[in-house]
Amino acid sequence: MKDTRSPLQTIAIYLGALLILVWSGGPFIWQFSTSFQLDKALTSGSPSLIPAPFTLEHYYNAFIEKELHRYVWNSLVVSLATTFLCLFVGSLAAFALSRLNVKGRFGILMVILSVSMFPQIALVGPLYLVATNLGLLDTYTALIITYLALGLPLVTWVLFGYFETLPREIDEAARMDGVSIPGLLWHIILPMSLPSLVTTGLLAFITAWNEFLFALAFTSNIDRQTIPVGIANFTNQYYVPWGDIAAASAVVTVPLIVLVLFFQRHIIEGLTQGGIKE
Amino acid sequence: MIAAATVSGIGRPRLGKALPGAIWAFLLLTPAFVSLASVSFYPIVNGLYLSLTNTSLITQENEFSGFANYVQLWGDAQFWNAWWHTMWFTAASTILETVIGLGMALILCEAFKGRGLVRAAMLVPWAMPTVVTSKMFGWLFDGQNGIINYILLHAGLIDQNINWYGSPDTAMTTIIIADVWKTTPFMALLLLTGLQTVPNSLIEAARMDGAKGWITFWHIRLPLLMPTLLIAGLFRALDAFRVFDLVYVLTGGGPADSTETLSTLSYKVLFSTLQFGYGSAVSTAMFVTEGIIAIVFCLYLVRQIRRAQ
Repeated sequence: MKDTRSPLQTIAIYLGALLILVWSGGPFIWQFSTSFQLDKALTSGSPSLIPAPFTLEHYYNAFIEKELHRYVWNSLVVSLATTFLCLFVGSLAAFALSRLNVKGRFGILMVILSVSMFPQIALVGPLYLVATNLGLLDTYTALIITYLALGLPLVTWVLFGYFETLPREIDEAARMDGVSIPGLLWHIILPMSLPSLVTTGLLAFITAWNEFLFALAFTSNIDRQTIPVGIANFTNQYYVPWGDIAAASAVVTVPLIVLVLFFQRHIIEGLTQGGIKE
Repeated sequence: MIAAATVSGIGRPRLGKALPGAIWAFLLLTPAFVSLASVSFYPIVNGLYLSLTNTSLITQENEFSGFANYVQLWGDAQFWNAWWHTMWFTAASTILETVIGLGMALILCEAFKGRGLVRAAMLVPWAMPTVVTSKMFGWLFDGQNGIINYILLHAGLIDQNINWYGSPDTAMTTIIIADVWKTTPFMALLLLTGLQTVPNSLIEAARMDGAKGWITFWHIRLPLLMPTLLIAGLFRALDAFRVFDLVYVLTGGGPADSTETLSTLSYKVLFSTLQFGYGSAVSTAMFVTEGIIAIVFCLYLVRQIRRAQ
């Protein structure tokens, strides 16, 4: 195909690629640079991408005054617990659907997937009442239980897709050797699915880490609030501390971006398997 | 269980046989179903019931009130205002994201140096928490010191700073731009995998017959990509329809309710006025609209696929 391309087309492609790069990366780089600039420089009327003078005061404000580390801790607890639960429950379901004779398994898969299309605002009111009655407001438990259900459809779909690619001869051989059904999952299917488990786990983690609506509704103080809620509340009554917000944003986003870039190939594959499957 | 599994050797009765597959399937699927039932199906049904009551956490009432909430909803200007905004946001962002995403996918489909880098960079907006995206666009479009105003001013496109999300005329546009930024690249990646399944031989054959790039795109790639395009569009539309974080953080529904959407309105009715009955009516109406969008899309998709065959 390459030889049929005219020089004009080549230029257009590179220009388009550059545009995509600037469009996707630009705003974040600008935000990142903002986090190292003095408030004076931010309001000076002549913005610059290079922070001069370079300052860490916004990071100081974010951690010392706004106690950002406490939100980070809450988010870590909730997201990690959600990830492991999602992988556990999701792999059991995906295994059953892929390996056992389940009647109407595509129907079941469709039902599981359709759950992810429910508008979450329709769930939050009733769940809030349940959480109030059970005394679960301002607990990690309420968030983890909710995020488990939010993450499950995607996790189950992606793992199901992966399990389906594993040859069935392997489980037949294992069954001949007397391996039981849970043994088949635990000793054979799961170890073979490690890459897929890592990707799926990352997806569940990101979903929980970024979730805002339920965290906003179910938590009311810094002991249990997660990062998105913390950042949303950063705004001062009289002015918006853009530098502090940028610093907090960098703290919660940079590790995520590094992870995503590291696993990008798997993520794209995983998501297209779960999102668009015919 | 696992220990038992490993000791049960050949010749002995197998555990798999001892417990029939159907029971195992039931056991393994139960945790997922309990989770989905309690956090998704139960709230939907309960919300439907709540919407038929006058439940309020302030007056502590919770009596059955029939369709009173829906009658009130029908005559509620705020609800229709939010309904139209939501439809407009959904249509505008889905169309923009699909069209621009397709353009990006077509570029990424070509071989060029640094393609891996571009593909990776496209995941950045997707991975970012939406709250962070909202704050970031708040800063980019800041009325006083925002870089967007600075660029436009110095390019001579505007002659004074625009108060982007502080003015009813531009606030929704700003939110749509933020959403397009966040989601288009990901859309492009989905479409790219769709494009890559179009067999090269077909395109080569068309080129041999003298077809120009544009024609091969229009008559070969696009029809073959149609199912992917529609499914991706459907997912995006359903997602856009329930937009919450972006609006809540960027404008809070203001100024003058000009960006109020169904999600932000529901949230306010639920958690500011604590009218859980009426709030549930708003969210149920939203659920029904979303269901209709999904069904219409699916019917159209089925027809398209049938026609293609």
